[in-house]
Amino acid sequence: MSDAELTSDTVVAGVGAATRAAVPGREPRPGGITWSDGDVDRYTYDVVVVGAGGSGLRAAIEARLHGKKTAIISKSLFGKAHTVMAEGGCAASMGNVNPNDNWQVHFRDTMRGGKFLNNWQMAELHAKEAPDRVWELEAWGALFDRTKDGKISQRNFGGHEYPRLAHVGDRTGLEIIRTLQQKVVAMQQADAVEFGDPEAMIKVYAETTITELIKDDSAGDGGRIAGAFGYFRDTGRFVLFEAPAVVLATGGIGKTYKVTSNSWEYTGDGHALALRAGAKLLNMEFVQLHPTGMVWPPSVRGLLVTESVRGDGGVLRNSEGKRFMFNYVPDVFRAQYAETEDEADRWYDDPDHNRRPPELLPRDEVARSINSEIKAGRGSPHGGVFLDIASRRPADYILQRLPSMYHQFKELADVDITKEPMEIGPTCHYVMGGVEVDPATGAASVPGLFAVGEVSGGMHGSNRLGGNSLSDLLVFGRRAGLGAAEYISALPSRPVVAEADLSSAAATALEPLGRADGENPYVIHAELQTVMNDLVGLIRRESELKTALVDLDKLRAREADVSAAGGRAYNPGWHLALDLRNMLVVAESVAQSALERQESRGGHTRDDYPAMSPEWRKVNLVCSAGAGGQVELRHQPIVPMRTDLLELFDIGELKKYMTEDELAGLPGAAATSGQEH
Amino acid sequence: MGYKAALRVWRGDAGAGALEDYQVEVNEGEVVLDVLHRLQASQASDLAIRWNCKAGKCGSCSMEINGRPRLACMTRMSVFTPTETLTITPMRTFPVIRDLVTDVSFNYAKAREIPSFSPPPDVKPGEFRMQQVDVNRSQEFRKCIECFLCQNTCHVIRDHTENEHAFSGPRFLMRIAELEMHPADTADRREIAQDDFGLGYCNITKCCTEVCPEHIKITDNAIIPMKERVVGRKYDPLVWLGDKIGRRTPKDTPKVPGKA
Repeated sequence: MSDAELTSDTVVAGVGAATRAAVPGREPRPGGITWSDGDVDRYTYDVVVVGAGGSGLRAAIEARLHGKKTAIISKSLFGKAHTVMAEGGCAASMGNVNPNDNWQVHFRDTMRGGKFLNNWQMAELHAKEAPDRVWELEAWGALFDRTKDGKISQRNFGGHEYPRLAHVGDRTGLEIIRTLQQKVVAMQQADAVEFGDPEAMIKVYAETTITELIKDDSAGDGGRIAGAFGYFRDTGRFVLFEAPAVVLATGGIGKTYKVTSNSWEYTGDGHALALRAGAKLLNMEFVQLHPTGMVWPPSVRGLLVTESVRGDGGVLRNSEGKRFMFNYVPDVFRAQYAETEDEADRWYDDPDHNRRPPELLPRDEVARSINSEIKAGRGSPHGGVFLDIASRRPADYILQRLPSMYHQFKELADVDITKEPMEIGPTCHYVMGGVEVDPATGAASVPGLFAVGEVSGGMHGSNRLGGNSLSDLLVFGRRAGLGAAEYISALPSRPVVAEADLSSAAATALEPLGRADGENPYVIHAELQTVMNDLVGLIRRESELKTALVDLDKLRAREADVSAAGGRAYNPGWHLALDLRNMLVVAESVAQSALERQESRGGHTRDDYPAMSPEWRKVNLVCSAGAGGQVELRHQPIVPMRTDLLELFDIGELKKYMTEDELAGLPGAAATSGQEH
Repeated sequence: MGYKAALRVWRGDAGAGALEDYQVEVNEGEVVLDVLHRLQASQASDLAIRWNCKAGKCGSCSMEINGRPRLACMTRMSVFTPTETLTITPMRTFPVIRDLVTDVSFNYAKAREIPSFSPPPDVKPGEFRMQQVDVNRSQEFRKCIECFLCQNTCHVIRDHTENEHAFSGPRFLMRIAELEMHPADTADRREIAQDDFGLGYCNITKCCTEVCPEHIKITDNAIIPMKERVVGRKYDPLVWLGDKIGRRTPKDTPKVPGKA
């Protein structure tokens, strides 16, 4: 077929496809209806999972395996979730490449990466269970890259002591989402045989957005989850899912920032839904800037360049051609990272006798270093630095290990990464903060509400290691699905949705359509992104954060007057108007927490408080919604780490993070300085 | 650089619609999706576009640009001249929901008809051993981002609605090939590939391969080898003998879900 054969005339005629003979299952749904009492579809489920990425699908699979009737709600089509953007791999200490690896080492790396602010109970469960979750995917059909002896191959990544990331080239997230998607389909096929209907027990509601969680507070005790309200994107028709358990698996908040590797879906819906339902958000100031996003051309600024480029031998250079990362190894990591290029280069082949290249420091360190080089005037022509693998690895190696990166740079920037260096710079990538949950079950403080994956908080502390996200989704996805199933089984009676709550949710959703000449949602969104990017970005300071909060206040006032032209059927202007409410409350949580935490740690760097403080390490910042919907912030002490886990670390290392009081009683704590190696 | 591009965008819904003309600013390095977003933000806030990652990884923004099925996020404006009018229409094979968004549920229905991965029952998780050379073939097909451009392009369904029941389309014939070539799969889908999923309808014009944004060689590496396997089975003397003595379907041929 050539372009000439498919002329626009043929195409215009072809659009009539919509009106040809109806095929079962392919009739378009009706659209453009206005609200009336009858204008809502009602469904009854045991578990409603909001979000169809890795964590949501894994939670839904587990809930179904435990006999619960489960709905999966997705803002996009089934299989398009943000998980497909994960490139590098899934961290699990299987020890296939280096047999010295085990869960203790993985746990230690995770805590170091998060600068010891992680919920250590989650980090422990994660490190212990990740291998089983990866192996399980293989039994569901996943095809990971292999080692010579036929096991799952594992690659090096920033902050991981051993090669640990199970991967498929640089499209690991796609493999995981497709495997989980196909597992759901396999379960539906089995249900078709058992119940005569593939969707009897697990059903995907694609292109559906949840705007409100509904609680039953008839007991007067603050209430429990009774359902979730939203709309079908294609028709605009409202939908109510009546269910005693809701699992939030909505991902992150990247679309509040201008330069981001995140897709449009990342509007902080789950964070905002949880907050409005009475749950708490933990440590929202920690936002990860991935060190390597594309910087040119402008339209792809922020698009992710996988960390695997560095894991597979790529290095960072400034405009003088110098490998600058050697100048930026912080004190806490000095023992583990090479001091010369020779040692760093020997490490790839002999990791047991050499220290790691500093390009593989945790992401927060690398992002800050790149920022410093650019600020010092040693940046690349388009305001980044150079990431060079072309001069370090043969072309066929690059093509085999990094096919998507080759494709991405070739097609979008005219750069051949096997011949030239890439230009890269930091990009908003991941939020470590999120809904405060019970480590074992993913339960939030509101009964019946669960959160998992990026929308949950605690697991990654102040900075997430690359590769720990995909494993997080699987480990805690399973746990939240199980937690929800157990919660329901123990429930004495089903909560009930009050009709008044339903009408109020519907009225709120319709507001932007009812206003005639309000604000354009696209304009408010663009201004919000500028505020967050410029004032609550990588390097923060008090005056700017205060300005940001004032600006956010003004934006919120304007958001109350936002209007969307057009009808209810597939209307992106209306959808954005509704998402804005979520983004604004999330942005406020981030800015308030960032202003409060007077230290620099992980994904939170304060120009005016550049040091990491052992006193602040003992503090979690917790956001909740006040009576008027405003964000309220308070301090909450961390849970002290179990002694057997503390003993996995050298006392000298712990002293860099913890106060004397915390270390009292540990062997060697009294000595003036710890032994380093 | 920066110029105003002339766009003709199809606007409408399942009932009716027409091409509408717009003038939209274009900046250096932009892709078609950027320009559509600018149109949406400045002139047509309710313009329906399905998109997600804007990085060529999710396969949401499939549409037809000057008649060619493409991902809007991976089509650079620099492939067109500044004076060229861009005609942007929804995928033709699928019913329109609104503007550039189509109802692709056909594909999800087809996906559910294909018997799933069937590993040997005695291999436990963690015990699978496969060589890279053996997984390479299926890995190529698992690069598929399900943009459904191949389904949209294939004339067997694009021009012949009557084939929709009998023919799964290139994406799902490739899924069958992927499972057939999966080193740990035990089922034999050769017979049903032909009888239930319409492998024989494909007359290897390779249009699917041409529009695949992942550059998967759908025809050469998936469909043609499957055709060879089907023929190999059909004319196998032992299978012929089995047919004669009444055992028509071998026990490792899975039942097609939803079929009696």
